[in-house]
Amino acid sequence: MNTMSNEQDDGIRPAAENSATAVQAMNPVQSQPAEKPIPQAVAKAAPLKQKVSIRDLKFYYGDSLALKSISLPLYAHRATAFIGPSGCGKSTLLRVLNRMYDLYPNQRAEGEVILDGVNILRREQDLNLLRARVGMVFQKPTPFPMSIHDNVAFGIKLYQRLPKAELRDRVEAALMQAALWGEVKDKLNASGLSLSGGQQQRLCIARTVALQPEVILLDEPCSALDPISTAKIEETIDDLKENYTIAIVTHNMQQAARVSEHTAFMYLGELIEFGVTAQIFTSPEKKQTQNYITGRFG
Amino acid sequence: MADHIVKAYDKELEILGRKIAEMGGIAEKMLSDAMDALVGFDTRLAQTTVDSDPRLDLLQRDIEEQAILTIARRQPMAVDLREIIATIRISGDLERIGDRAKNIAKRAIKIHSEMHIPRATIGLRSMHESAAILLKDVLDAYAQRDAERARDVWTHDADLDALEDSVFRDLLTFMMEDPRNISFCTHLLFVSKNIERIGDHATNIAETVVYVVTGETLPMDRPKGRTTLSEAPTTVV
Repeated sequence: MNTMSNEQDDGIRPAAENSATAVQAMNPVQSQPAEKPIPQAVAKAAPLKQKVSIRDLKFYYGDSLALKSISLPLYAHRATAFIGPSGCGKSTLLRVLNRMYDLYPNQRAEGEVILDGVNILRREQDLNLLRARVGMVFQKPTPFPMSIHDNVAFGIKLYQRLPKAELRDRVEAALMQAALWGEVKDKLNASGLSLSGGQQQRLCIARTVALQPEVILLDEPCSALDPISTAKIEETIDDLKENYTIAIVTHNMQQAARVSEHTAFMYLGELIEFGVTAQIFTSPEKKQTQNYITGRFG
Repeated sequence: MADHIVKAYDKELEILGRKIAEMGGIAEKMLSDAMDALVGFDTRLAQTTVDSDPRLDLLQRDIEEQAILTIARRQPMAVDLREIIATIRISGDLERIGDRAKNIAKRAIKIHSEMHIPRATIGLRSMHESAAILLKDVLDAYAQRDAERARDVWTHDADLDALEDSVFRDLLTFMMEDPRNISFCTHLLFVSKNIERIGDHATNIAETVVYVVTGETLPMDRPKGRTTLSEAPTTVV
């Protein structure tokens, strides 16, 4: 009987074939691995683990409510894409995940964001530690005005004191992971600003992964890049899934379809639909999602 | 459904749909003409049927090209993507139906002088009736995006398979009665196979329609004629 009810009530089926119920019923502790095989794109053998569980999250800019009770999971070693029209709250949501909003007065979040079992919205949360675990890459590349090497080493030095040789290894590893190493290995002392836009963006990704975070947040990382640089970043994202959990905000629907395993569609601060990417882009359940992704009047 | 923000996109989808309808009309006419020619020993009508096939081929190619262009231009998603893929698939099925009808017409020309057992085509005529209904229903289901109706076609193809079985037995009997019947009866066997295949294409289209409307695919195994025959012999005419 116990197992029976577990199977039925097990709100989030990691397979998330049934995306509507996945959003409604949140069950943070994924005690049972999913029995059902995961379709197409997500067909990797291991059962899905929730790295982050967002529960009943509300966010305020002053008095105005920007996120209206959002609940969804981010699965470990998967990319979750956030799509929706401008102002729908997707960037806001990303900013909550590493508490970027704490830098600004009058902004506050209610609800829970559970990272590995711990609510990161709690008052005692060490923000520096959090931001080391949850890295972020922004829309426009933001390299520091220093050498390529130092750009990547900068973050590491904030948290750790490493011998020079080891530091160089870490920088190299990070640049490799960001798929930039081949292009910059002979000019590590050149300024980060001398790189092309796409390279700068990958430098920022390298800077983020150098801290060996667990979750990487990407806020429209390709919106200012040409198609070749975009392809390289997407290739990088694919590789990064091996080690990290990824959340990406993008206005490019095709990009969301390409890089993510799960997709969340948001509208006016609400989560409209969350589900397996392959399904969202071929047969979404909600009319609003359909209208948005097919470019119809809502 | 709501219109696209880009009006030209709606226009492109509309044109694709219209071309499918045109293909459907031609395929239906080819099938009924081919059968009329066969049953009525009308070689002129048979030749007309053969001659109308290139038009169908041309339309299919046209649809494919337009569909590919639309995919390249619009990167369709969700229902639009399903619609466009459907036009490619359905046009393929309709083109094949045309080929089958053309084949029937060619056989009608070949055997018109030697066929001397009129009752040999009775079974084929019921098969044709059945297939024509399936084809009409599935084209209507597509035009109205009616998944239920498409599902009906999908299940009713089994009737056609059962009919084919009985036609087969009839023709076998004629052949055993008199070896001179063998030549034209063999042609008629191929005709029955052609009609049965047309039914299969109709079910393919039915599956596509269900997919367009619901996003779901029908199960791999659909009800089979031969099981109908053994399980419910009363339904067999």
